[in-house]
Amino acid sequence: MERDDLIVNDSYALNAHHSEEEGAAIRKNVWKVTAILTFLTTAEVFMGIYFKRAETFTWSMIKWTFVILTLVKAAYIVLVFMHLGDERPNLKKVVLAPYMLFIGYLLFIAISEGFGHLSNSTLFH
Amino acid sequence: MGGEATKSISKEELWGGGQSPFSVSYGKMMMWYFLVSDALTFGGLLTAYGFVRASSTDAWPIGEQVFRSLPGLDGEYPLIYVALMTFILIVSSVTMVLAVEAGHRNDKSGVVKWLGLTIIGGFFFLGSQAWEWSHFIHGSGGTYLLAENVTVSADNGQTFNLNKGDAVYMDHHFGHLAEPWLEGDPMVTLQDSDHGVKLVQNGEHTHEAELHSLTINKYIENESHVSGDEAMKLWNARSESFAFGANMHDNEYAVQQAYANFFFFITGFHGFHVFSGVVINIIIFFMAYRGVFERRKHYEMVEKIGLYWHFVDLVWVFVFTFFYLI
Repeated sequence: MERDDLIVNDSYALNAHHSEEEGAAIRKNVWKVTAILTFLTTAEVFMGIYFKRAETFTWSMIKWTFVILTLVKAAYIVLVFMHLGDERPNLKKVVLAPYMLFIGYLLFIAISEGFGHLSNSTLFH
Repeated sequence: MGGEATKSISKEELWGGGQSPFSVSYGKMMMWYFLVSDALTFGGLLTAYGFVRASSTDAWPIGEQVFRSLPGLDGEYPLIYVALMTFILIVSSVTMVLAVEAGHRNDKSGVVKWLGLTIIGGFFFLGSQAWEWSHFIHGSGGTYLLAENVTVSADNGQTFNLNKGDAVYMDHHFGHLAEPWLEGDPMVTLQDSDHGVKLVQNGEHTHEAELHSLTINKYIENESHVSGDEAMKLWNARSESFAFGANMHDNEYAVQQAYANFFFFITGFHGFHVFSGVVINIIIFFMAYRGVFERRKHYEMVEKIGLYWHFVDLVWVFVFTFFYLI
């Protein structure tokens, strides 16, 4: 039986057989993203050390900054390192949409249903 | 970026059969589907962690208080080791991108070189994680819970009203001998000393550990040291309940055992992914080295395992933020 999962004519493989110049451009971009990821991680660590955690507005802003920086790093890894950014738009949607939908739903359930007993206890005691 | 991905094509032609609408091979598509499902698993784990933490009534340990040691060094380096692990994984992700890029140029020696470096990075990460687990399991001195309410003044001048059941932490010299002493080792005895008490271990070499100072709030806000007579007050108010390091039943870091359980499960599950990744990378490394992909005329296999390896890095970025930083 003929196998159809192997690429015989290179037509599927993204960026298949790019030239030396294209390769140099890709490598340059990779090093740029590496610098960004390293910088963001270092910044996070120093923010974590410098700002003491407390029930303050500053600390909750810092926490949200961590979350946003993490999403920025994740976007760089997925779009550049895993080069999902260069794939067809329909593949991007098939990978990202279900994930965001399910995790969004899970977070919604955890926050709205999960903490019900806590808000009740503060309301009635 | 040439290739099919950017070539415009009509919808009828695209979905009419005989084409790959995503312009990727079956294997790569399935790798993406697998990664989506695996990401849901990790997303569920981290959501569960956040939920348990948010609904906990006792204070939850702080990352930079728990993880602040470096191998072979004294002193405090909050989160530096974890940041180093993150950096190792990011670098090994970079070498993997370069391996994939070399594969697109059919550059066999480039693939072998970069993939080899990726494997070395993977081993570095696994080794780091082994050290961190070992450190977490052994702990740094251990803790006991108070049997009664005590009021003490700490070295920083603050006065603490501690309740029954609050945790007090020993330094690692004293805790190191306290563990066999509690287990009933006849070689270890508790003796009075000039300043209070000391634990003495007899044997070929005699070890002594004096109770110099105790720590309260060690892993949460407002960590404070208590010494001298005030420390003796804390020592005399001890209960039977001691914990050293962490295991499946108790841990010194938190009142909540869930904290240790989540640490073991999340970092362990991630570490198992890294381990599998290293094994797969080694297999592909030898296939590339022996020219299998050269004969196949494309290096898509490197691209597929590259996706998996980047995913492992991606998960660690989230674990780093949500387990250690926040």
